[in-house]
Amino acid sequence: MTYIFDGSLTGLLTSVFEWFERKPGKVTLKSAEIFQPEAFAESLEIIADQGKADRVWAGLQKKLQKDWLRKFYCSYLSELPDAYHHLFQFSCYIFQQQKGAENNYGNEHVIALSKYAKSVEREKHRMEAFIRFQQTADNIFYAGIDPDFNVLPLISNHFKNRYADQQWIIYDLKRKYGLHYNLDTVEEVSINFEKGSAQQNLTPALTDEKEQLYALLWKDYFKSANIVARKNTKLHLQHVPKRYWKYLTEKQLS
Amino acid sequence: MFERIREKLNILADAAKYDVSCSSSGGTRKNDNKGLGNSHTSGICHTYTEDGRCVSLLKILLTNHCIYDCAFCVSRKSNDVKRAAFTVDEVVELTMNFYRRNYIEGLFLSSGIFKNADFTMERLLLIVKKLRLEQRYNGYIHLKTIPGASDELIKEAGLYADRMSINLEMPTEAGLKLLAPEKSHADVIKPLAFVQQNIVQFGEDKKLIKHVPKFVPAGQSTQMVVGATPESDKDIMYTANTFYKNFALKRVYYSGYIPISNDSRMPILGTQPPLLRENRLYQTDWLMRFYGFNVQEILNDENPNLDVDIDPKLSWAIRNMQHFPVDINKADYQMILRVPGIGVMSAKKIVQARKFGRLRIDQLKKIGVAYNRAKHFISCADSPYQLKDYQGTEIKAFILADSQSKYLKTAQNQLLLF
Ligand code: SF4
Repeated sequence: MTYIFDGSLTGLLTSVFEWFERKPGKVTLKSAEIFQPEAFAESLEIIADQGKADRVWAGLQKKLQKDWLRKFYCSYLSELPDAYHHLFQFSCYIFQQQKGAENNYGNEHVIALSKYAKSVEREKHRMEAFIRFQQTADNIFYAGIDPDFNVLPLISNHFKNRYADQQWIIYDLKRKYGLHYNLDTVEEVSINFEKGSAQQNLTPALTDEKEQLYALLWKDYFKSANIVARKNTKLHLQHVPKRYWKYLTEKQLS
Repeated sequence: MFERIREKLNILADAAKYDVSCSSSGGTRKNDNKGLGNSHTSGICHTYTEDGRCVSLLKILLTNHCIYDCAFCVSRKSNDVKRAAFTVDEVVELTMNFYRRNYIEGLFLSSGIFKNADFTMERLLLIVKKLRLEQRYNGYIHLKTIPGASDELIKEAGLYADRMSINLEMPTEAGLKLLAPEKSHADVIKPLAFVQQNIVQFGEDKKLIKHVPKFVPAGQSTQMVVGATPESDKDIMYTANTFYKNFALKRVYYSGYIPISNDSRMPILGTQPPLLRENRLYQTDWLMRFYGFNVQEILNDENPNLDVDIDPKLSWAIRNMQHFPVDINKADYQMILRVPGIGVMSAKKIVQARKFGRLRIDQLKKIGVAYNRAKHFISCADSPYQLKDYQGTEIKAFILADSQSKYLKTAQNQLLLF
């Protein structure tokens, strides 16, 4: 039996609700996006239902320690097809056990979630580290990103607390939405980029006159801080995998 | 103007880089005046140099002019290098603008000693005050304590800095006297102790009165240069241990000496920095701080130096086979932590998971145990029956054979933690 859901968190939680309603035995959960009907397998389409989802979430809140609610949410934000299935199975498992079952690292879903959460948290952490703002001519600090996982919801607070006295936009170019902090609140925004305009790094025409100076000083600094006698490229790449270089001012030529 | 500031930054960042401390952790400052910045308890590395070291702070000297002549230091008086000095405002501007772009977690400010200790310390204090009070900057500040500066200045600086540090430089007094006859460990101990007393005092006042300001909330650290003078690993780690204990230091840093002069008292120019040794010292430091080891268990008169070919945790295990095998399903956490191939995270997961049933090999692997290493030291639900007890030396040979390819491929200076 396969359950098909719409990819939303509400949908995922609803599917858990449905399973307990029907107890159909072994179920695989798939998102509609990747589901390919098989001739002989039965499937059921889950209609996302906020009321049912809320009940499941409230149940999880009762059963799980707080850090596990976070792991649950992070695993969901990984957007990985297998993660959805593990989340579903994990929920069913948790509801059928005594409190504290999330500590059973011998269980495959427990381990799976802790791994997804770790990857997503790592990506979050990397974004907090590797985002580089450019100051625009109208005094907004802009950064375009395309993270592996959907981490904007996780990094919002960090940037809001830290950069409280400057307007900023962090834009997820892959998922086509961003966050704008207007000195008061953080709002979701979408931007219509002009065709062909650079989205990751703004052209000098759009940036503040001081922007290039500071970018240059930062690149100089990065070079000075290096100790040639200690060169270790392998370790360097392990910390800053190449796919993140495009974010980094200090890695841009010229 | 443009070029002048670039040149200054190049000179003063270059001179500051031999201080290896980069940590931005332990800060608790919140951005509650709607200013700029806060600190993150675990710190953030914003980038990494090509030698693989974390860059989280703008690490600069206020000036590289210095009245002293310490042989191990690039800024020593007798060295023929370009000199420069930032103005107070230049440091403030650079810090603010780097921080706004998310390049850095904060400022690490040190200085050569210009005129005298108080004159230098006053300038440093001016900068941190300007950042905190005028710019409402709440990011991280690591400030060097200038040896010999007056208590009043040090105490005031402690109100604005998150961390303060002062370097021991050489692991023993004898080593220091050899290379910097004008200096002594006592010059370091006095301000370390003074700041420590104040940290304790402010902490106690805080319990009674709510609005006591923060005082060096991220604590103090120090650094020792390794390999410039002939101390043993035991000398180094015993000194580290004493300073951790006496001054509640947050970190001790070990900096492999990079030859910077032809002084005959030290390794000659072009000698490779002792990076593997530095790595082993850090591993030992971790064993002391997070794994419950006493330094005497790892280094003692029989073993005054750390093994080069294997890490100190494995060395200890092989010398102490009487404690093994450890039963994963019964042993207490502290003992599990001592098993080579099991780190802090895995050990914690093991003690949680075994409440739900006896653990098997495949589960241990999934939990993150380096099983090929750990298998020589543990038993679990489905451990294969072993016909004979292997000697420590045999196990070492197995592990080395097993990881040989890996060891050869790993660059010498890579920091591997167990
Ligand atoms: S006092 Fe400090 S800056 Fe001056 S030479 Fe000695 S170590 Fe270098």
